Amino acid sequence: MKVTIDGQSIEVEPGTTILQAARMIGGESVPPAMCYYSKLKGSGGKCRCCLVEVSKGSEADPRPMPKLMASCVTGVMDGMEVNSISSQRVLDARKSVTEFLLINHPLDCPVCDQAGECDLQNLSFKHGTGKTRFIEEKRTFEPENIGDKIQLHMNRCILCYRCVMVADQLTDNRVHGVMNRGDHSQISTCISKAIDNEFSGNMIDVCPVGALTDKTFRFKQRVWFNKPFNAHRDCDKCCGKTTLWMFGDEIQRVTARKDEYHEVEDFICNECRFEHKNPADWVIEGPRKFEKDSVINQNNYTRKLEKVTIKTEKNILLGRDQDRNKISMPDVPLTEQGKKKLKEGNV
Amino acid sequence: MQIAHIKQEINITDALMARINELLSHYPADKKKSALLPVLHEVQDAHDNWLSIELQDKVAEILEIKPVEVYEVVTFYTMFNQKPIGKYMFEFCRTSCCAIRGAEDLMDYTCQKLGIKEGETTPDGMFTVVGVECLGACGYAPMLQIGDYYKEHLTKEKMDALIEECKAGKIDLHKQDHYTE
Amino acid sequence: MGRKILLEHANVPGIKTYEVYRKMGGYTSVEKAIKSMTPDEVVEEVKTSGLRGRGGAGFPTGLKWSFIDKKSGNPRHLVCNADESEPGTFKDRYLMEYIPHLLIEGMITSSYALGANLSYIYIRGEYMWVYRILENAIKEAYAAGWLGKNILGSGFDLDLYVHCGAGAYICGEETALIESLEGKRGNPRIKPPFPAVKGLWQEPTVVNNVESIAAVPWIVNNSGEEYAKIGVGRSTGTKLISASGHIKNPGVYEIDLGLSVDEFMNSDEYLGGMMDDRPLKALVPGGSSVPILPAHLIYKNAEGGDRLMTYESLSEGGFATGSMLGSGGFIVYNDTACIVRNTWNFSRFYHHESCGQCSPCREGTGWLEGVLHRIETGHGREEDIDLLWDIQSKIEGNTICPLGDAAAWPVAAAIRHFRDEFEYHIRFPERIKNRDHFVAEPFEKVKHLVAKQEI
Repeated sequence: MKVTIDGQSIEVEPGTTILQAARMIGGESVPPAMCYYSKLKGSGGKCRCCLVEVSKGSEADPRPMPKLMASCVTGVMDGMEVNSISSQRVLDARKSVTEFLLINHPLDCPVCDQAGECDLQNLSFKHGTGKTRFIEEKRTFEPENIGDKIQLHMNRCILCYRCVMVADQLTDNRVHGVMNRGDHSQISTCISKAIDNEFSGNMIDVCPVGALTDKTFRFKQRVWFNKPFNAHRDCDKCCGKTTLWMFGDEIQRVTARKDEYHEVEDFICNECRFEHKNPADWVIEGPRKFEKDSVINQNNYTRKLEKVTIKTEKNILLGRDQDRNKISMPDVPLTEQGKKKLKEGNV
Repeated sequence: MQIAHIKQEINITDALMARINELLSHYPADKKKSALLPVLHEVQDAHDNWLSIELQDKVAEILEIKPVEVYEVVTFYTMFNQKPIGKYMFEFCRTSCCAIRGAEDLMDYTCQKLGIKEGETTPDGMFTVVGVECLGACGYAPMLQIGDYYKEHLTKEKMDALIEECKAGKIDLHKQDHYTE
Repeated sequence: MGRKILLEHANVPGIKTYEVYRKMGGYTSVEKAIKSMTPDEVVEEVKTSGLRGRGGAGFPTGLKWSFIDKKSGNPRHLVCNADESEPGTFKDRYLMEYIPHLLIEGMITSSYALGANLSYIYIRGEYMWVYRILENAIKEAYAAGWLGKNILGSGFDLDLYVHCGAGAYICGEETALIESLEGKRGNPRIKPPFPAVKGLWQEPTVVNNVESIAAVPWIVNNSGEEYAKIGVGRSTGTKLISASGHIKNPGVYEIDLGLSVDEFMNSDEYLGGMMDDRPLKALVPGGSSVPILPAHLIYKNAEGGDRLMTYESLSEGGFATGSMLGSGGFIVYNDTACIVRNTWNFSRFYHHESCGQCSPCREGTGWLEGVLHRIETGHGREEDIDLLWDIQSKIEGNTICPLGDAAAWPVAAAIRHFRDEFEYHIRFPERIKNRDHFVAEPFEKVKHLVAKQEI
């Protein structure tokens, strides 16, 4: 079957979705996806980020489709022509979906562990605006404790249903789900039960935002200060292939290996994820590479790092003599008196 | 999400179980979950019109599904109560057609008379007043639902009388005859 | 006097019981269909009749039937959508409450046409007493041999049950209804696959409104051709209209499609005009989801032609000057009604009823309600009107199911036709403090305050 997306044609198997075809082509035409996850059956169609315009239905029925279609759940037809990034209508729709996803989002990226590997950050960077038109009070949820491994921040959730599908498809006893409805829908166990089974940690990996994060990694590090390595170990429960997030010699976090669409290559078990934080437990294969625009490359150790100079730094430091007493700035030597004072404390 | 834990006496009587089995017989043997909504209605009616977590767990056990599947459904549909409510719950329709025919005034009147706000229950546990969305009685506004029945073409006087009837125990919430008043 | 097809015997004493219903000629369509017609012939009759789905979308029923997958050999189902929840609509309830056997008869004949052996009536949970009426009627039909194994010795088996919902407007959407019937949350499914191929329990299913199914017995008895003679153009047959609001005679009426809006509104046979001397201000002709019409577009369309009660006539002029027949929820407003408050009221409804699955509807309906509530309570800003317009236009068409459109259209139409009322609310918050502010001071009297200044 031949499908053309933004003018680029590709031959695909019947049953392929527009999104999958776009991913085969790659590049800018690939629609963003917040809820679709190729490894989870039945996912997709919900977030509406991946809407595209079908300007020609198929060779047999060339009529255009009147509505924008969710590319992740729309199968390609032979001769179909699709506009993704080349359509203003599509870009407008993505912009508004981004706005909808952000109006009730807490925008607490500075304290969110997901920052730097967050699909919603990427989406708003690409399709969002700097300003908000939303002046109503944001919706919030009561915090809920779902055990010692996973931190649930419901306020950040975009209801992609991926974590529910993980629990349904990877484990045999789902204890959490989506409760309530409308804009009060929430991920919950309803009874504050610990979500604890051998594969529950995958909920963290599939979460596109910071709603489900690794409790054992909480506030430990900004992800771009970690050095990610591919590593593996013999595991009788899962493939044992992971990414280790190192800080010096310390393994601060273990995740599955994620591809360029931030989908895991293989799901991993909780033992690999949570119980092997000793580097000796792992065979380290080498640095994990990320797509070139990922913020994680800020700490890219595979190339030489240039020293960053901030042009205004000098000016900033001017007139801040008294601050030097309080703030540790190794480059700025203290006076003898200053050192004395600092020792005494109470400055 | 936290559910306040309030103890509920669970009593699946033989009559209730027989009714549940009858409902189950309406669906293919391997599709027991389909009976969930009708079964929850019956179970709720037999348990002071609310469903505690324990009671929901019991329903899950009967239908052989996961407890969370019941929680998801109970929280989605507005007719299932997750905490105890007044013996008589006045559910006023307040959507457009009723609103323009005085439903809001009538609800205010009722709340004032009972000394409660919308969504609250009187301290004696007798009455709850809630505003709900369209009940499909638009031509007979203003109206309210109480138990399985509708009270339509309401006025303040009719409301007063209804409250008195409730207090006198003359209102049967689930009576089994087939016609509304 | 319009002809009665559905409500012909509604006032016969005891029509709720099987004996009386049968005496009045009930169940003859089942006899006729099973004994003298093939299922496909029944489908053809319904196609010929031009009957269009009475739930709101108006899709031809016969065509919908012809899509059901008979080839796969999978068990098929007919599900009756009795989850009537569209504000302004209460016709199905009337039909089921007063002539329950008509629906049962329609279900049997239609199931025969579709080759369905296990069918359900999905009724909203609030209609609990009607649920009991239907359960009782079904019991009677079983006892009389119209349901069960080998009906009329034909070899056709049918089991029919009632299933009750539990308070969710969204379950009126056919795939949400199917989910709910499977004991799940009422989240609409992503289509395709359509229910005709994968519906209830992934088996081919047709979902039809109560009124559509109730029209089938007459069509089978009198032929589709006869049915098609009633009405105008593609709007054939009779339609139940639920009338409410500020009119003299609210209630359910059966009309021939093609009746003029003027006659329906003002003749004593139907609504009998306004309830008192307050003038007509606006009309929602087809349930809360359809665009509201201002007084000057109700009896006449924008070109000055008569507005008729048909699918086509009510939508003349598109959304700019028209509306839709929808489910036939006919809501009339006089000048005491506040369009801003009413729009907020509708928005609150959709906000409350959104299932929360897809982002534009989940987030957008709440946003619309929030902004409208601010305007209604005197905290609106000038830019809010354009903001509302923009939000609704971004929900419309971008959601999984039509609830998003239904939430967007009333807001769009209110701004389109009553923008000055929004401006009035924003500029004179102290005048709109009371919710019944238009009772003492109708908008016509204060309109000049927001009129555009000509310099």
